[in-house]
Amino acid sequence: MDDHTITIDGAEIPFQQGQTIMDAALAAEVYIPHLCHYPGLTPRGNCRLCSVDMGNKSVAACTTAAVAGQQISSDTPALNAARKSITQMLFIEGNHICPSCEKSGNCKLQAMGYYLGMLDEHFPQFYQRREIDASHADILLDRDRCILCDLCVRASREVDGKDVFAIAGRGMDAHLIVNSSTGKLIDSNMAASDLAANICPVGAILIKQEGYQVPIGQRIYDQNMINEVGLQEKAVKKTKQDDD
Amino acid sequence: MEQSNQSQPATRRIAIDPVTRVEGHGKITLLLDADNHIQEARFHIVEFRGFEKFIQGRPYWEVPFFVQRLCGICPVSHQLAAAKAVDQLVGVKQLTPSATKLRRLLHFGQILQSHALHFFHLSSPDFLFGFGSDPAQRNIAGVLEKYPEIALKGVKLRKYGQQIIQAITGKRIHGTGTVPGGMNKALSVAERDALLADITDVLQWSQQALALNEQIHTSHPEHRDFATLQTNYLGMTGENGELEFYHGGLRARYADGSPIFDQLDYCDYQQILREEVRPWSYMKFPYLHELGKEQGWYRVGPLARVNNCDRISTPLAEAARQHFRAFAQGEFVHDTLAYHWARMIEVLHCTESIHELLHDPEIIGTELMAEKGDAQQQGIGAIEAPRGTLFHDYQINEEGLVTKANLIVSTTSNNQAMNESVRSVANQYLDGHEITEALLNHLEVAVRAYDPCLSCATHALGKMPLQVELRDVEGKLVNQLTKGTDGEIYR
Repeated sequence: MDDHTITIDGAEIPFQQGQTIMDAALAAEVYIPHLCHYPGLTPRGNCRLCSVDMGNKSVAACTTAAVAGQQISSDTPALNAARKSITQMLFIEGNHICPSCEKSGNCKLQAMGYYLGMLDEHFPQFYQRREIDASHADILLDRDRCILCDLCVRASREVDGKDVFAIAGRGMDAHLIVNSSTGKLIDSNMAASDLAANICPVGAILIKQEGYQVPIGQRIYDQNMINEVGLQEKAVKKTKQDDD
Repeated sequence: MEQSNQSQPATRRIAIDPVTRVEGHGKITLLLDADNHIQEARFHIVEFRGFEKFIQGRPYWEVPFFVQRLCGICPVSHQLAAAKAVDQLVGVKQLTPSATKLRRLLHFGQILQSHALHFFHLSSPDFLFGFGSDPAQRNIAGVLEKYPEIALKGVKLRKYGQQIIQAITGKRIHGTGTVPGGMNKALSVAERDALLADITDVLQWSQQALALNEQIHTSHPEHRDFATLQTNYLGMTGENGELEFYHGGLRARYADGSPIFDQLDYCDYQQILREEVRPWSYMKFPYLHELGKEQGWYRVGPLARVNNCDRISTPLAEAARQHFRAFAQGEFVHDTLAYHWARMIEVLHCTESIHELLHDPEIIGTELMAEKGDAQQQGIGAIEAPRGTLFHDYQINEEGLVTKANLIVSTTSNNQAMNESVRSVANQYLDGHEITEALLNHLEVAVRAYDPCLSCATHALGKMPLQVELRDVEGKLVNQLTKGTDGEIYR
């Protein structure tokens, strides 16, 4: 066996020193479902959709270093069932109104639901009351749709160099906050061109007045499944290392 | 139909739970006096939607797609009315010619499919088989079996309207399309040509549908006074008094055809309309303010529009309108069942208008966005939806979030009229008789003529869940009959 290969679902794939299982998989065009991972940003293992089996344990592919000889299972009925359950839980924790949501068709959560064959939410809705922040002239923050992936947190910190967002609270109290004197976006230094304003996988952070401009049929996931799109994402370049 | 074997018909009661997936629920209660004459008849809407409330706090550009979920039959109407309001919010007073024509084409397609659905799928069984005919046959499946040619043409008419909607909005139901100040997609040449390929057939089917409805109404004298009411009429007309669905001024007329007002800017609707809330129904009762609650109620929809307008811009529909008015010696046609006839005149107008628009070079234009102007904090949109005049009124804050919404949907405007029609039919057919399924259907026929939006329920193969209660003068329940959404009758 090559000193720098791992095996995913029976396929031997190479990796470079320092890569995670996710990095190696994406480089080899092997799709492991994920929502909170984005190439180039520090992985956090928040969503757990990329959980894979390695021996007798499950690990998050995005945070686990690739080590030569690893025997990994990813595309298995049991793991996909667990991923579907996780996706269902993400839906019921927030208030996702896909039928009228402007992110519909461009939403990774919705696309993941389709990819995993999710036909209903299964679990009872939480109907949490969450605040909307429309104070910024160009950006809307709708916490109803936030899945706490913290991509915006990392994008703002590592690429935009601004540190606009953070996750506060724990467990059911976890929520996205804005680092400004009032807690409002208008008092932050965020701009619509920031990566943080454009990386949200769901409809929590949106550029105002751009909704519905892309016709049905031409939206991202009208044309490709999330596994195809996920393999095409280019790594963003950090301007600052995450110091957490 | 399930019959009870209990020995006391006056108090017998049979109940079977509803089964199907319908959303709309109607209930009729009748109050009898000491002589068993109908003292009061009420048509209740017992569902609560609450869109006006939960749209609050949402961004304004989301509104057209949020509120179109009010309905699965005429979502385009809500999308368009809301889109017109949103245009005002972004300071757009005039869309580009291509965007305007795309919206008009979309609206014609919407009215065509909704009207076709209503007549062929829902109401035609009553007329083809009879109001009191075997309920097992009195549905679209029965029509398909016995009158397949009629049924299939109806299905195809609706399909054509839906194809227009799909071409413009991306989906047959609940697509997108409108954006603040324009449209999000041009109609391609291929899409236009595909629609043009069928238009000759659609025109022919529309004429046949009109002829069928005219023949049904004129050959049944008993239809003339069935649920018939002498009412005021409200609707939108074009600036020259022509039939207009998308944009025009409000016109109201008395039953004798004399004017109440004309070419009123719909943005001033609150000056002329009030809504009364009654405790027994979730649906409000609008009335014309200057005439008061008792005299100010009115009818909207096809009958109101065809009565109210001075002419129709397309030749075949105009000829049909003149024939329609001649039926009442040039006066307004008040026959409630003539709603169906008027509806098919509108179908023909839609088809002719679609034909014209598809031949208009601007329909495939790509200049779809108007320049935005000064942002406004209130936007009011009104259109003539398939069932009548539809008002959407939104207020937003400086952040663009909705703070207040007021929707007056078409069916609401016909609320009093539907109640009066139910009372009329109850007096005519129930008085002194025991409730039967045939009677129940007579009441439904009266309600169905208006094509109420609670016919989200009726749209389940004509099996609108309906409950009739018979009470004596002291309010005591004497008899009750329930029609479940499975179409079964329960006592």
